[in-house]
Amino acid sequence: MSGILAVLEAGHKLSAETLAAAVDLGAKLGLSVHSVEPGGTYTADGFTDGLAELIRTKQFQVVLFPHTYQVRDFAPKLATRFDRSLISDVIRLRVDSGVLFVTRQLFQGKMNAEIKPLGEPVFLSLQAGAYRAGEAEGVVVEAMPAAGAAPRQKPEEKFREAARAVDLSAAPIIVSVGRGIKEKENLSLIEDLAGALGAEIAASRPICDNGWLPMERQVGSSGQTVAPKLYVAVGLSGAIQHLVGMKGAKTVVAINKDENAPIFEVADYGMCADLFEVLPALTAAIRAAKG
Amino acid sequence: MKILVAIKQVPARDSLLTAAASGKWIDESNLEYEINEPDAYALEEALQLKEAHGGEVVAVCAGPDRASATIREALAKGADRAIHIAVDDIVDWDTLATAKLLAAAVKTEAPDLVLTGLQSDDVGAGQAGVVMAELLGLPHATIIMQVDIEGGMLRVKRELEDGWFQHVGMPLPAVLTIQSGIKKLRYATLMGIKKAKTKEVKTLTPGELGVSHVASYELVGVTLPQKSKQTQMVKTVAELVEKLKNEVHVL
Repeated sequence: MSGILAVLEAGHKLSAETLAAAVDLGAKLGLSVHSVEPGGTYTADGFTDGLAELIRTKQFQVVLFPHTYQVRDFAPKLATRFDRSLISDVIRLRVDSGVLFVTRQLFQGKMNAEIKPLGEPVFLSLQAGAYRAGEAEGVVVEAMPAAGAAPRQKPEEKFREAARAVDLSAAPIIVSVGRGIKEKENLSLIEDLAGALGAEIAASRPICDNGWLPMERQVGSSGQTVAPKLYVAVGLSGAIQHLVGMKGAKTVVAINKDENAPIFEVADYGMCADLFEVLPALTAAIRAAKG
Repeated sequence: MKILVAIKQVPARDSLLTAAASGKWIDESNLEYEINEPDAYALEEALQLKEAHGGEVVAVCAGPDRASATIREALAKGADRAIHIAVDDIVDWDTLATAKLLAAAVKTEAPDLVLTGLQSDDVGAGQAGVVMAELLGLPHATIIMQVDIEGGMLRVKRELEDGWFQHVGMPLPAVLTIQSGIKKLRYATLMGIKKAKTKEVKTLTPGELGVSHVASYELVGVTLPQKSKQTQMVKTVAELVEKLKNEVHVL
């Protein structure tokens, strides 16, 4: 007995996409589809022990995970226990003559790599948006085996920092800045553009890591999720961690000097140019257009 | 306290990347390299822990000859010594195989704490630390924003999704993957750069570490991503303002 195991995360929006991928892959590879949703308090040790037991007992050939922070914490450990690599952050699955190929990003989205897993089991984690959530009929629900030894990690209660003073989720227009701005002093160019457009200012993670803007203005997987009418990305390459936070934007304008920057893949309007030349002119033209 | 920091050398962040003629990797002929940014934060955390608790910081890096520049930079910033795992074809070693090299080198040092960045800017698998922990039989935690050590116990602040955090305790020795931004990065001083030249760098080969090159996946090829949206490229500011006015209707 063997098949595909989808390891779901309770309450996480990626779980349904992962299950849909497992169903699709099961049909293409002719494998039965199973799912498990580990419950209880998360620890890397506990989840790894329980899932290793389940995979070993039922001899699953493929194990799929949603690419969540929690999965990043334990799935590499689980794969290592079977002397396999987890192929993480997969954006596409392809079956050709019964052989599985997967695509994942390299260089923060600047390149894609197609990978052929060797040996079994195959461990894969799926990036958000890789699959549309769909019907999941005929899936065998598996029970998580009881934990073995006591986990070494002692997790405490989850918490949020003090309430966010800035709520970007309701902003109709956002001007977002990335590393291309080079120096903190140059942020005035962004402030001027945002002022002209009546926009909120946001940033990619490195800008907030540097302390140039407060963490609460960060958009992305570790920051805020936004869905404005207009999102203007300036000097921002568009790493996947950022894109997941802004893909709900209705219209995206990208200004970047690298024509291969991944931000152009999601932009409606793109301008391949030096932001230091473009921004002052753009701000002036917008002010003039608004009269 | 002995702290090992696993660092990686990656192509500089603003490199213009193209596929190599083989189609199997990027063209490396004209690239410049730098320390993987999250690893720079792991090194910074290690140096500050040493300043607070005493001990030693050892940097370990797997890569070809060019990796020695990144190792010297770590020494210049304050690492006490380093291990260079000499591997010419490091880009052909997959996640598990690379982590086996690092874990074997870490094992020879028996450190109290192992730090590395949460992911690399090139391959971005985000696994080296966790795989090392399993190979070494050590507890671990990932995406760490704060490290406290008291009485042989570790208490760390993990970053979760959507602005949530969690403190986790565990015994030492342990492996942590550090999130960018945990502390402010220092620059190497002139004195540091001078001193780095005299610090010990031990070179080890995969053979000396007893690690053979076994692949658990094959990289078939690399390509530039397909655009998912129809992007209208504009040439001038006037053209962009016209679109904002007449198509996006925000002006």
